[in-house]
Amino acid sequence: MASQRIFQLGLRRAAAAPGFTRFQPAGRMVQRRLAATHNVSSAEGQEILVKQRLQRPVSPHLTIYRPQITWYASSFNRITGILLSGGLYIFGLSYLAAPALGWHLETPSLVAAVASWPVAVKIAAKATAAFPFFFHSINGIRHLTWDLGIGFKNKTVIQTGWTAVGLTVALGAYYTFVG
Amino acid sequence: MATTRALARLATRQAAVRPATSVFSRGLASVVSESKTSTTPDPAPSKEPKTKTFHIYRWNPDEPSSKPRMQSYTLDLNKTGPMMLDALIRIKNETDPTLTFRRSCREGICGSCAMNIDGVNTLACLCRIPTDTTKESRIYPLPHMYVVKDLVPDMTQFYKQYRSVKPYLQRDTPAPDGREYRQSKADRKKLDGLYECILCACCSTSCPSYWWNQEEYLGPAVLLQSYRWIADSRDERKPERLDALNNSMSVYRCHTILNCSRTCPKGLNPALAIAEIKKNMAFT
Repeated sequence: MASQRIFQLGLRRAAAAPGFTRFQPAGRMVQRRLAATHNVSSAEGQEILVKQRLQRPVSPHLTIYRPQITWYASSFNRITGILLSGGLYIFGLSYLAAPALGWHLETPSLVAAVASWPVAVKIAAKATAAFPFFFHSINGIRHLTWDLGIGFKNKTVIQTGWTAVGLTVALGAYYTFVG
Repeated sequence: MATTRALARLATRQAAVRPATSVFSRGLASVVSESKTSTTPDPAPSKEPKTKTFHIYRWNPDEPSSKPRMQSYTLDLNKTGPMMLDALIRIKNETDPTLTFRRSCREGICGSCAMNIDGVNTLACLCRIPTDTTKESRIYPLPHMYVVKDLVPDMTQFYKQYRSVKPYLQRDTPAPDGREYRQSKADRKKLDGLYECILCACCSTSCPSYWWNQEEYLGPAVLLQSYRWIADSRDERKPERLDALNNSMSVYRCHTILNCSRTCPKGLNPALAIAEIKKNMAFT
């Protein structure tokens, strides 16, 4: 298409020229641009881009991406990690501060306190500790193997992901209701 | 010009008039005329229309104050090609010419039509339209990107990041035979699964880490490209390449979420490439 147009342009030019001396080869026509462009420096380009971005919306992400074991497991890994380490820090710090504040956080008093709870509260407390703990531990093994460059096939990732979920449910339920 | 064209026309007319004798029929490559053969009819269109609804993300930069919206289109799948790109092109051609999207090769090698279809990033040209018409399809631009218009995201940052990893052979030593840089079959094999990347950005924009740290984290696609040169036996800048990545953001924002490998429309494994980069950085 483009070459045809150039050829036609060349022909038209040749016809318009009043003599062979002013004949220009068709290739010269390529240089004629219909749209005017000018170069901008990278700083100017960045300025234009920033101005454009002020107007542009960000496309939807978290809310529209399909739930998949890959990123759901990862986000749960993060959440359970925060819960577990946060719980540990809170307990550790309050244990440190307990003598000063007159709290009783030593083992015998804790055991006695938990023993006095109703069964439903006991189960709820055990579940909130057991499920995050097992998920984070088992999923942690997956992350460690990935750091060694093992188990990156899509199928393997899906299988190990659901295995981690299954083991979490089994072990979490065991320690919630039995252990 | 005119005379040659007239001559050519005359020649073809003569050829058509020329009587085809049965004796020479083979030699002259003649054809049994259509009056002696049966007619294959145009396949009858199936009576029942298979109407599918597509909800498509729309935003017009000419009205920057208006919010992005989802616009619905219905198409009869009987009249539409099998791929999502066919549906988009049909909508643009026949219903709504203002619908804007990038496309070029329609065969999964240019990477232009990368978008989020039914929740996962893929190339519209490689994504079949689910034939289940009770389910409605949703099409968004690549997630967490600035939208230029409708399904067209702004890829400037992505390309800048690609440029930053120096995606070309860097070498000082001339080839021993002065002709070309050779590598063993085993070394060449290391590049399989890397060189096929078409930079469609499906993986990078599927990565939550890239969503939150796009300014500093390079993202799976660019890191896979980076590893493609790190792994190349002919390249002599491996230490420099690894050095450039050795900070808390460029690589280590990868938390092995693995959405990248899951979504890659070319079946590549960017997560594995990133793991190899991490190993290279740790052990060399």
